Amino acid sequence: MRTPVVLSLVGIAFLGIPVLAPAYYVTLMLPFMAYGVVLLGLNLLFGYTGLVSFGHALFIGIGAYTGAVLTTYLGVRHIELILPAAALAAAVVAAPVGALCVRYVKIYFGMLTLAFGMVFYTFLLKFYRLTGGDEGMRMLRPYLLGSEWTGFSKTAYLIGPYYYFSLAVLVLATLLMWRIVRSPFGLCLKTIRDNPLKAESLGVSVPRYRWYAFMISAVYAAVGGALLATPTGNVDPTLAYWTHSGNIVFMVLLGGFSSFFGPLLGAFAFIFLQDTVMSVFPYWRLIFGAVLAFIVIFAPGGLMGLFARRRRPVEVSRA
Amino acid sequence: MILEALDIRKLYGAYVALDGVSLSIREGEFVSIIGPNGAGKTTLINVLTGVLQPSAGSVRFKGKDIGGIGTVALTRLGMARSFQLVQIFPELTVLETLQAAVVSRLGRGAKLFASLAADGQVQADALEVAALFGLSDKAHALARELPQGDKKLLDVASAFALRPEIILLDEPTSGVSTADKHAIMEILVGAAKRIGLRAIIQVEHDMDIVFGYSDRIIALHQGKVLADATPAEIEADARVVDIVVGRRHSTGSERPSPYPLPEGERDNQDPSPPMGERVG
Repeated sequence: MRTPVVLSLVGIAFLGIPVLAPAYYVTLMLPFMAYGVVLLGLNLLFGYTGLVSFGHALFIGIGAYTGAVLTTYLGVRHIELILPAAALAAAVVAAPVGALCVRYVKIYFGMLTLAFGMVFYTFLLKFYRLTGGDEGMRMLRPYLLGSEWTGFSKTAYLIGPYYYFSLAVLVLATLLMWRIVRSPFGLCLKTIRDNPLKAESLGVSVPRYRWYAFMISAVYAAVGGALLATPTGNVDPTLAYWTHSGNIVFMVLLGGFSSFFGPLLGAFAFIFLQDTVMSVFPYWRLIFGAVLAFIVIFAPGGLMGLFARRRRPVEVSRA
Repeated sequence: MILEALDIRKLYGAYVALDGVSLSIREGEFVSIIGPNGAGKTTLINVLTGVLQPSAGSVRFKGKDIGGIGTVALTRLGMARSFQLVQIFPELTVLETLQAAVVSRLGRGAKLFASLAADGQVQADALEVAALFGLSDKAHALARELPQGDKKLLDVASAFALRPEIILLDEPTSGVSTADKHAIMEILVGAAKRIGLRAIIQVEHDMDIVFGYSDRIIALHQGKVLADATPAEIEADARVVDIVVGRRHSTGSERPSPYPLPEGERDNQDPSPPMGERVG
């Protein structure tokens, strides 16, 4: 009973934030919601399948650039079309990339995903005529629900309709992922995470299910990437850079990968912690490095592990 | 003949793990494979279960060549296995473990948005297997928190939840206290009868278990079949006793096989060939 009550309170709070909170903090909620979508997908791969991707920024980049190309060059401004297009583009890329990567596990999987991420980053950086190089390209304000929202300033648009649209996407993505992890498919992923050899012996095709999980996580990342691009109004290659991949893995660890809502909490904490630390201390990565070390050593369950009464402790391999 | 291996050779580089092994498993049999360490027992199990491709020879299951076809495909054909070292899903409960096997058997693993909790058939089948193996009261316990004997049972139970036609058990009582061994075997053969298993093959070191439950024993030595005979014939063979069996309990302590052949079949079995010559 506790979870529905907490979720209801959080839902009410989220609905009230644009009305009650200063605009600045409302705009900080936008990347949180975008990353929330990304992390739900990433954690399907990480927390539920046992594969750590260090190249998922590749799919954030694909989503963001899909949005930019559609709005800037192809005149497609409806976000209801942009998000499915971003998902489709990510699926097309993830199909062959995933098929190759899931043949490997542990550090080899991580390095392969990192390599593909860097290939895409370099493509974005060097193919200037196509991608705008290091300057990137513009992401025009998308239409929401068929409306251009012309009467709204950029800030009013972002903290009003766009906020609520992003919230709706996050809620939908959360509900879908909730179903996925509680489905027979989700159970098969957990068997693979826990013991691939045993999973195979029970007839679970480990590479195939890993590939499915990879595809779903890529689609989530691309949708999150498309959402992420609108507030900044510009996309550039750093979206696909490996440090961005590292950041989202950090967010998952910060929130706790063993919990369904942990990554969402991690995204929230990361965004607001980053903003706070950056405003008082220029070397914010120094602080974040210390936080990461603390989490791995003392709180492997992440923030959820600290706050929630856990069903079971997280074991961190020291090997 | 449900499973047949013909002149299997398996090489690891220059090392010959299996050297011309032939065997056949008939309907209703409980067959034990025994042998000293390094005899090739686990390699043979891996070849029979399609994990390893034999270097030469063939393995036929229900008349189909299954050499190296892989575990997943073989599972779908109706063969299951358990492992020498206990294989569980540490973070899953007993019930979830059994549900995973049932989901796999029913081919529902790719259902993305279906509710597992609302799938009555999966729940019922998993609970039935839990009851068969005496794990009902631990259904919601995490697998990693179970006592060792229960972990072993869960490992085997999950293989049974696939409702296979034949099961290969690699040391089903290894790592289990002596007191628990017979209890596990009784549960296992009882479950086998209940689900209509067509044959059981086990690799086992414990000779009480081997002689107490087997219809036939295949003794391996240095990658070759040393003997393929009934427990009584094996026990009477000084060479096999010397190489493989060692000192053992008296014949009087043997239990009747709780997994007998169907009526009329036992008497019709072909007499086993002289020990040491049986190569199929």
